Amino acid sequence: MPAPDIVMYEEEFNLIKQIISKLRVDANGKVVFLVDKNGQQIAAHGEIENLDTTSLASLTAGNVAATDGLARLIGEKEFSILFHEGEKDNIHISIVASRVILVVIFDERSSLGLVRLRVKKASQELNDVFAKIMSKVEKEKSNAGSTFESPFAEITDEDIDSLFAD
Amino acid sequence: MTFINYASREINCKIVYYGPGLCGKTTNLQYIYDKSNPGSKGKLISLATETDRTLFFDFLPLDLGTVRGFKTRFHLYTVPGQVFYDASRKLILKGVDGVIFVADSQVERMDANVEAIDNLVQNLASQGYDLTKIPYILQLNKRDLPNVAPVEEMRRLLSKKTPPEPIIEACAAKGPGVFETLKAVAKLVLAELTKTS
Repeated sequence: MPAPDIVMYEEEFNLIKQIISKLRVDANGKVVFLVDKNGQQIAAHGEIENLDTTSLASLTAGNVAATDGLARLIGEKEFSILFHEGEKDNIHISIVASRVILVVIFDERSSLGLVRLRVKKASQELNDVFAKIMSKVEKEKSNAGSTFESPFAEITDEDIDSLFAD
Repeated sequence: MTFINYASREINCKIVYYGPGLCGKTTNLQYIYDKSNPGSKGKLISLATETDRTLFFDFLPLDLGTVRGFKTRFHLYTVPGQVFYDASRKLILKGVDGVIFVADSQVERMDANVEAIDNLVQNLASQGYDLTKIPYILQLNKRDLPNVAPVEEMRRLLSKKTPPEPIIEACAAKGPGVFETLKAVAKLVLAELTKTS
């Protein structure tokens, strides 16, 4: 397998939630969310009641992947920041810890400069958290078989069949 | 790359429908979307051209309920089938957990099937995956048409695994085989989880 799986634990998840909720307040944004590069939403905070966050996550990842492809075509490693400007709302997308995508949606109550500044600070904090998560995953991988018990080891054929019974 | 969130107790898996142009990948997704319970499906997103050819991908999130206390969610993607969209296809395979190859059963599309499956093997390899080692289903679509190739011949041309991958006959426009295919790949993906994690 190319990249190791992300496994999210309660402790880091709470840290991440704290960081993005603080970022939303600091940057005066409407919504802040975090997606992994494969389009899975990790966390979201803000005015998300009327927002289709699952679709937002997959489209963001598609967008970043396409932009990454463009970057490589012209000899860049990546474009670490993408910005989409709308009539009312804007989207600021940046890459954190080379594997997750941080998205801030904001309107005229904030500004691109403020968002960029606050995102920079939050990115550093998120970097640390993801470094911690990855080292935890590595550690558990090396202990695999001895102490690490997968919760899925007990999934039976009946469990899987029952998912489709309707 | 399955994403397991212990905090919110969720498993998210990514399934990709691959295949030559016009083989019925989007039709598979459309059928699943039409027939799923409104509570368990998200929006079907289709990034297509004005003539309904897939430009980048289609996307359908699907909740399948709970396994051992974990909410299981499948993200279904299709790739654009047309040959010149290869760069986009490669991107969509990133982080895939299971692949469905939708083959067009019409005799005249056999060359396109073979070309697309070779392209799948190559693109998976460029992301570090080996088709023979990941959850993989071969769907023979459009079995209702008059000019279809025999199943045996398609198996001989397209099967990539020994022992052979599950092969499912389907007619995505009308429904037979669509959920059977999804179910088969979901089973393989979840079975994989019990092995590796």
